Amino acid sequence: MRIMSRNDLLLFLGFTVVVLAMPIWLHPFGAAYPDLLQRFMIFGIFAVGFNILFGLTGYLSFGHAAFFGVGSYAAVWSFKLLSLDAIPAMIFAVVVSGVFALVIGFVSLRRSGIYFSILTLAFAQMSYNLAYSVLTPITNGETGLQLNLNDPRYLDTTMGIPTAGQPVPTLLGQSLGGFAGFYFCAGFLILAFFIAMRITNSPFGMMLKGIKSNQTRMNYTGFNTKPYTLAAFVISGMYAGLAGALLAVTDPLAGAERMQWTASGEVVLMTILGGAGTLVGPVIGAWLIKYFENIFSAINETILHRFFDVLPDGLDNALVAITSKFVGEGWFLTLGLVFVLIVVFLPGGIMEGVRRIAHLFDRKPKGRPGKAAPQPQPAE
Amino acid sequence: MTNPNVVLHVADVHKRFGGLHALADIDLQVEEGQTHAIIGPNGAGKSTLLNVIIGKLAPTSGQVVFDGTILTGRKPYQINQLGIARVFQTPEIFADLSVLHNVMIPALAKRDGAFRLNMLRGLDSETGILRESEDMLEDVGMFASREMAAGSLSRGDKRRMELAMCLIQHPRLLLLDEPTAGMSRHDTNTTIELLKKIKSRGMTKVIIEHDMHVVFSLADKISVLAQGRIIADGTPDQVRGNPKVQEAYLGGTH
Ligand SMILES: Nc1ncnc2c1ncn2[C@@H]1O[C@H](COP(=O)(O)OP(=O)(O)O)[C@@H](O)[C@H]1O
Ligand SMILES: [Mg+2]
Repeated sequence: MRIMSRNDLLLFLGFTVVVLAMPIWLHPFGAAYPDLLQRFMIFGIFAVGFNILFGLTGYLSFGHAAFFGVGSYAAVWSFKLLSLDAIPAMIFAVVVSGVFALVIGFVSLRRSGIYFSILTLAFAQMSYNLAYSVLTPITNGETGLQLNLNDPRYLDTTMGIPTAGQPVPTLLGQSLGGFAGFYFCAGFLILAFFIAMRITNSPFGMMLKGIKSNQTRMNYTGFNTKPYTLAAFVISGMYAGLAGALLAVTDPLAGAERMQWTASGEVVLMTILGGAGTLVGPVIGAWLIKYFENIFSAINETILHRFFDVLPDGLDNALVAITSKFVGEGWFLTLGLVFVLIVVFLPGGIMEGVRRIAHLFDRKPKGRPGKAAPQPQPAE
Repeated sequence: MTNPNVVLHVADVHKRFGGLHALADIDLQVEEGQTHAIIGPNGAGKSTLLNVIIGKLAPTSGQVVFDGTILTGRKPYQINQLGIARVFQTPEIFADLSVLHNVMIPALAKRDGAFRLNMLRGLDSETGILRESEDMLEDVGMFASREMAAGSLSRGDKRRMELAMCLIQHPRLLLLDEPTAGMSRHDTNTTIELLKKIKSRGMTKVIIEHDMHVVFSLADKISVLAQGRIIADGTPDQVRGNPKVQEAYLGGTH
């Protein structure tokens, strides 16, 4: 039994190299600092997992930030109660978010299409509100859940591991700040990508594609589609939990705003922008959105005035007045605009753009439509 | 009444859609290995009958029995797993998957059952399923288009592929809803040849067809449906000679 086809192996190796070398090739873009790189990894994982449900199975969840948030809380609780080591926290977070996804998925998947989306949205908003109200003993409400010097950390205490000073997450005693944190997250992104690739190319993945394409036919073909969709839902929920836990590892403070509907919407945008249903598309979408978010939200009117300085005063002011609506807090406006353009002109996302360009240069006459052909595009 | 060769028994089935009596007192017995044609004018209730058999619709009263098992009340996937496959009047296919994958999916359903979490193997290491699917496509003359997106096939090819999707499951009972409708003469002929070929394999079939040429060249038994009732049934010769049929159906269109 072969582990991977040649194309898949190349794709995987290529992906691994690109990720690990990010501190180098992102340097010219001014994005090679650990904090941002970590976010690239974390939201990459979130999007890869989301794509298993949305891109492969065709179920659009508007509530995946709930699992992300649950993962964060679970990880911080593991730091508080068990150990400052990141590994137990990750395991705990993935398990808890998986159970959470099992329950929410079981109910939401009783419907499909828009009703499914609404149900997931409702559940996520419920979780968000609960985190601020009834569940404050667990979530610490608006202050957010954070680490304290006098947390019990039973595992650490029994093993006699002392904590010096302010508690921070570690890996086998090593601190996970800075680039160490990035490589830790990168390892998980590469693992997450590998698993997603295996799922996509497995018979199970084929069934998910079948469900997306024609669920009626799947039923008349002898498949009980319910457990397939539920499995996809739980897997993508666990991915979200993993991403949320990593965010808690790099910054051990969990707040409920991570579960808000805007966060759920963001991962939808990432997936569609990059190309739903493709393997690398969602990762690229996540990177681009996080990169531009970082740039746009840092821009303010002073910077804009400096930028338009050369222009005559009246024009300068007018341009600043307009553009300032799209930066800083207004970054979501830009994001929305880009999203509209993508959906209208390039519904397959960036990956479709890449394919179209590749097609222009591909002079070989092609008798077959490339869309469903399994071999020519390693990305599917 | 208790013919031991009967494999499918539609017993006293009624189906109402509001005030419309789409199926009235249907009693249909299909014998093992035979090809049973159902003919009748548009709107007679032929597709509705197949929908009741495969569990897409629940009958208002009555039941369907397949080889001693009551089908009524079971889910479509359970009915398929009992060995019943259907070609639809408007093709139900996986339009954005390749032709090969369209055929591999039912093959996997046959092998793995209704649910199996099979995600550790690669699809391309399923060499048995792959070879079987390619052979099937060869059989229906579609091997050359195996990499094409199923949605881009011609109408006739979609039909043939859908037939392949059913045949690869080696169903005990195959239901065909107007398999040659909208096909060119040439495509119709190749499809008939194909159906004759499977006939020799001893599979039981229920076929709905408008083309009398097709019906009389394939069927062992014919039931004539009009306004939700079976007005005649028997061998092709018996049905051809029946004056009620002449009046209600054959006379009208031919
Ligand atoms: N799901 C449904 N709901 C309401 N009426 C239906 C439904 N399916 C079929 N009918 C009606 O039942 C009658 C029989 O339809 P059908 O079985 O499709 O006829 P045909 O013999 O042409 O296949 C028609 O009058 C049709 O409009
Ligand atoms: Mg019909």
